[in-house]
This record gives sequence, structure tokens and C-alpha cells, in this order.
Amino acid sequence: MRISVVTVFAALALVAGSGATRGDGPGDPAAVKTVDGKSFDRNGNPTYKIAQDGTVDWYVYSGFRRYHSDCHVCHGPNGDGSSFAPALKDSLKRINYDDFLGLVAGGRKNVSTAQVNVMPAFGQNPNVMCYVDDIYVYLHARANDAVAPGRPAKHEDRPEAFAKAEDACMGPKN
Amino acid sequence: MCRFLVGTCLSAAAMFAANVSFANEELIRLSQDSKQWVMPAGNYANTRYSTLKQVTADNVGKLQVAWTFSTGVLRGHEGAPLVIGDMMYVHGPFPNPVFALNLADENKIAWKYEPVQDPNVISVMCCDTVNRGLSYGDGKIFLSQANTTLVALDAKTGKVVWTQKNGDPSKGETSTAAPHVIKDKVLVGISGGEFGVRGSVTAYNIKTGERMWRGYSMGTDGDMLMDPVKTTSLGKPVGANSSTSTWQGDQWKIGGGTTWGWYSYDPQLNLVYYGSGNPSTWNPKQRPGDNKWSMTIWARDVDTGAVRWVYQMTPHDEWDFDGVNEMILADQQIGGQTRRTLVHFDRNGLGYTLDRETGELLVAQKYDPKVNWTSGVDMNKSSPTYGRPAVVPQYSTEHNGEDVNSKNICPAALGSKDEQPAAYSPDTGLFYVPTNHVCMDYEPFRVNYTAGQPYVGATLSMYPPQGDTNMGTFTAWDAKTGSIAWSLKEQFSVWSGALATAGGVVFYGTLEGYLKAVDAKTGKELYKFKTPSGIIGNVMTYEHGGKQFVAVLSGVGGWAGIGLAAGLTNPTDGLGAVGGYAGLKNYTALGGQLTVFALP
Repeated sequence: MRISVVTVFAALALVAGSGATRGDGPGDPAAVKTVDGKSFDRNGNPTYKIAQDGTVDWYVYSGFRRYHSDCHVCHGPNGDGSSFAPALKDSLKRINYDDFLGLVAGGRKNVSTAQVNVMPAFGQNPNVMCYVDDIYVYLHARANDAVAPGRPAKHEDRPEAFAKAEDACMGPKN
Repeated sequence: MCRFLVGTCLSAAAMFAANVSFANEELIRLSQDSKQWVMPAGNYANTRYSTLKQVTADNVGKLQVAWTFSTGVLRGHEGAPLVIGDMMYVHGPFPNPVFALNLADENKIAWKYEPVQDPNVISVMCCDTVNRGLSYGDGKIFLSQANTTLVALDAKTGKVVWTQKNGDPSKGETSTAAPHVIKDKVLVGISGGEFGVRGSVTAYNIKTGERMWRGYSMGTDGDMLMDPVKTTSLGKPVGANSSTSTWQGDQWKIGGGTTWGWYSYDPQLNLVYYGSGNPSTWNPKQRPGDNKWSMTIWARDVDTGAVRWVYQMTPHDEWDFDGVNEMILADQQIGGQTRRTLVHFDRNGLGYTLDRETGELLVAQKYDPKVNWTSGVDMNKSSPTYGRPAVVPQYSTEHNGEDVNSKNICPAALGSKDEQPAAYSPDTGLFYVPTNHVCMDYEPFRVNYTAGQPYVGATLSMYPPQGDTNMGTFTAWDAKTGSIAWSLKEQFSVWSGALATAGGVVFYGTLEGYLKAVDAKTGKELYKFKTPSGIIGNVMTYEHGGKQFVAVLSGVGGWAGIGLAAGLTNPTDGLGAVGGYAGLKNYTALGGQLTVFALP
């Protein structure tokens, strides 16, 4: 199961290409559908849902956690950027869901006389790819200032469907 | 064989010994000449102390910029240049250029070396592409490139004499630390603790590049070059399988314990000292056991690599408190006797003083009063937990478990101090410690290992301690008693290596870009100058043409550039008034420059 998931991501990376950005952004984040706690926008892409009292859906919270494990060492806390990698809360105003998947899976290289920036390809990394939708919705929410910097104060419980999908993607606990 | 030819045998042995230690004697001699700066810390004891005293507490206020030099690279600039004779050797982060500047000819570039490296190595370098500098020995300059290639350059011409591959970047093995020349060997460590790399120190022959020995931080006794009987920990033999018995299954194979600090060396004891880093992953629940010998102070015989003694500071790390920070060697009066001590300021917030011959623990005290994860180290020699820190359950991410956010842990993962080296002045008897005054929330969760991919397994947010707004200090420490003599607040972490001088002045740099000079006795600020970019390099000094110079690399980056470029998290969960600090980006921008100061 896990192998097939990774294969799917690798294929996605091929489709999306590496480094191609369309510049049209993720579009309207409004959720038109929610299945097992996971929300989708009108294009069928994952999106965030944040209650009036600031409670974030589980996927935003999961994205916050995974971002601050594997992404923040370059892109800085809260998607704010660092001295050597771009602020993703700004990038997510420009790139859409398909671009995002392609970039995360395939990585990118920006090499010029002034700088050498290299993002790794995470396509084979379950710690990132099993949660790539979560990271996307978290960063999209950051781009729209829908979640504040720092740890979301309140979040929905972990849906049963998430736990199942996580086990399938990450493999059995050791 | 030698029985009937004692005379001949002895002279042959003497010649052999002289040959072996030749480079060492040259370096010891050169390091005693304060006009030069021939190794990363200025001397083998890692004191970063210079006997130069043209610049004094009385006149340092008149310091001026004498000259500047740009490296052409805009990443984090750690380390410091070397000065050997008329030549200054300046290094840079990836792509790791090396410049030889002729101080006798208007600092003209005598030669430049820039290796060709696959830029993909950048993607497996955690936290920026820093390089902590060069070493000199046997007429050669040694550079440990990002891609783990160790290269020996002819110090006169910059021509490559030999190269050697120390690791495999496709598995996440990289190099950030300076190599260290000791006797007839060049010692190099490895980086990649966040990629499940198994740490090691390797010694290469200074003339040929041939590998002489490698000692791992974990694994079989043979892999670590440990002797179950002769290697001791806190005075007792470590016993057989001292590492593998503290890991579940073969997790030690991806166990971390990387080795990217500043090494020191005691020529009398023939021992090299360094620290090993965090165990992989950051999720403690996934790796039961003490995870030996991660988080450990090591003393190895330089000739063979054999381990004399070890001391694990943070068994079963739960916070990423890497033990890589430097070991400073100083002889100090403790309890009425002169002790050959080793002093170490660990990421975990404790300042340790040990007997460097035996590894006996003498002092272990918090050098930042806000440190809260431990109530202290058990100093009772007859206790079963002798030498262990008592962990406060509230701040134990192991105790609180996976998917639980442990709050207000001090220090944060970057430690009360990271790699930025402290200095020691024998004049004042004080250690000068650049610190991070930062706390964190830490939540571990499950991760899978994939070779060459990050293997982290925790999320964290960082902020100043409750009630404080400063994220750094510059602290003078008495290592005989384990107490703070004085401490200066700094708005941001102090990520620059300190320099102490016989002129009674101590220097350090700040993330805003200031080079600061303070009175070694009182900490009173005597001088500051804002360089073009934030300072994470180490201050050094040399004399040329009868004039004392003070030099430092600017170029913000490193882990400081990650956490601080954007401003630390101001958590929304009611920590109190931690506002009032702005992001570092309001103070400085990228750069890569050497600034050299002198009196008018």
C-alpha cells in the first residue's frame, strides 16, 4: 500500500513538472464539501475550514505540525521564510494545489550567480508526502491570514478516516 | 628483535616518533605566537584567548575599520579566517571558496580555490550551508567541503595536494565543521543528525590523505574503538556492548550522534576532545533506551582513536540538545588543588567542568537560570543515577508522549548555546559564553526513515522565556564553582564566537551585525560597530607590521537565520507579554564580508 502511494506521488510529480508555476494562486478557499472532516473547494482541491472561535480543522493542525518538522528548517516558522528560503505564506498566494504537489514531490533548483537555492524532492519521503494535503491547507490558510502565526489554539479531533489513511500511507508502527 | 641492538632500535624509534609528531610541534610553536592565528580556536586548548595587548580596555573605544573583504557568497558565514605568516586564509559557505590574502601586499588575493560540487548537497544540509573554516599544517590548508570531500591545498599556491571522500551526501551525510590538524593527522567529523546519519570522527594522514582510523558515536565496541575494560565512564569501565545495549534492535545504525563541533587537544595526555550530537529521530518514543553514545563528551587517543573515557550528558534525549559544543581545556584551582579541567557549555543549558584526564565530573550547573527541563545532575558518586540529570516530568516529551505538546521547555532545541564557541581568559579565570535565551513548545510524533530524507519527528515553536524580551545573553562564567559572574542581555541570540585578549577586552558579534568589545572583568561595553550583515562568525585577532588587528566575518544565516529571520513565534496561547521584539529582518540583510579593525 505504502509503495503504491509513493508511486502515485511520483507520477503526480511528473504530471505537474518541476519548477513550473502558473501564478494564478489557489483560488477561492471556501469549502463546498466536507468528507470525514476534510474540506474541499469548488475545484475539488483540499482546503481549510476555520470556525468562528478560531478552531481549525484537523488537517490544518496536522499541516502545522508536519510543516514545523520537515519544512521550517529552511522556510522558517509559520511559513515566514528564512535568510535562504522563500516565505511560503507568500508563495501560496501565487501557486496552486497542482503546482504545490509537483514542487514538493519533485523539488526545485534556483541557481544564479547571486544564489544557489536547492529544494529537495520529497516524493519518496512518507513523512512529507503522506501529509502533503495537510501542509498545503495549512500554508494556504497562512497565505490568507486565516490562521495566526504559532500553534493553533484549538483544533478539531482527529477523524477516524485520517488515522486509517495515515496508517495505510506510513505503514505499520514499529 | 631489539635485544642485542638496543642503541640502534632506540634511535630508530626516536626518529619515527620525531617524524610522526613533526606537524604537531610546528603547530604548537606557531600557536604560541599570538601574531598568528593558525587553527580555528587559535590554540589546541580551544580557549580563543590571545596574548596580544595593543588593544586594551582603555583604548578599544578608538577602534576603527582598517580594511574589508567580500567573499561573494550570501549564506551564513560561521568560523573565522586563519593567519599564517603574511598570509590570511578566508573561507565561505557553499560553494566553499577559499581565498589566500597577502597581508604584506595590500591584502591582494594570492590565490583562490573554489571546488565544483553538485548543488544537490544543499538539499540535505539542515539549516543553511555554513562552513566553519579551515585548518593548517605541514604547509597545507585543509578544507572540508559541504559534500564531505576533504581537500589538502598547498598553502603557497592553492594547488590541490590530495582529496579524500569522508561521507555520502545521498544518505544525508554532509560536512559543516572545520577539519582539525593534530600531529600527523587531519580529523574530520560529519553532519546530518536530522537525516539519520550515524556520526563518526575520522583521522586522515596529513601527507597522503590515507584513512588512519574512524571511531563511530554508536554501534559495536569495534566500530566505536572502545575497550570494554579500558574505556571508562565516570571512573568505571563501560563494559561490553555499551552502545548497542541501549538501543532498540538496530536503530543505532541510523542513530545520529554527529560530530560537527570544535575539537580540542591536550598534547601531554595525547587526547582529543569533542562532543556527539542528538540521537535520531527527535521523537524519543520511537527510540527507547539511553541511546549511547549520543550526547556524549569523548576523549580519544589521537594516534589510535581508542576511547579513553566518555560521559553522556543527556541520556535518551527528548529535546534535540546536541552535545557537539566545544570542550575548552584550562587548568584551574578547584577545592585547593590544580585540576586539569575540561569545560563545556552544552546545548542542554548546563555548564560542565570535568577532569580531562579521568573524565571525573566536578561541576554541572545551569549557565542560564531559566533552564527548567532538569532539576540538576546527580553528583553523588555512590548513587545509581550518578552523573544523570534529573528530568522534570512536566517538560519531558518522553513522559508526556507522542502527539502531546510539551510547553515552556527551556532551553529551546537550539540550546542555551549552539556551536558558537565560548572563550576563556587565564587573566580573569572567566569563561565568556555567547548564549541563546530561548524556550520552546515541543511535540513529538511518528516518522519513517528514508535514506537521504529528513528524519525529524517533532514540531516546535520558539520564544523568549516567560517574562523576558531578550533572546540572548553574553555571560561570564566561573567554571570552578559553576556560577555566573556577570551577564549582558542581547535582543537576539548571540551566535558569534567570542575572543578574549590580554588587553583585558573580550569581543563578540551580534545578529544585528554589531562587533562589540566589553571589559573582561566587568562586562562594561567599551565599543561597538555595525558591520554590513548579522554576525555568526567567530572573532579572531592577529598582529601584522607591528599592529594588532581584530577580524570577524559577517553574513547572517545558519539556524539563527531560520528562526530569527522571520522573528520568533509569539504563541497565541497566553504566554504573557513577550511582545516588543521585532524580527531580525528589521535590522540586517544577507551579506558575506570580513571586517578588520585596528587602532588609528
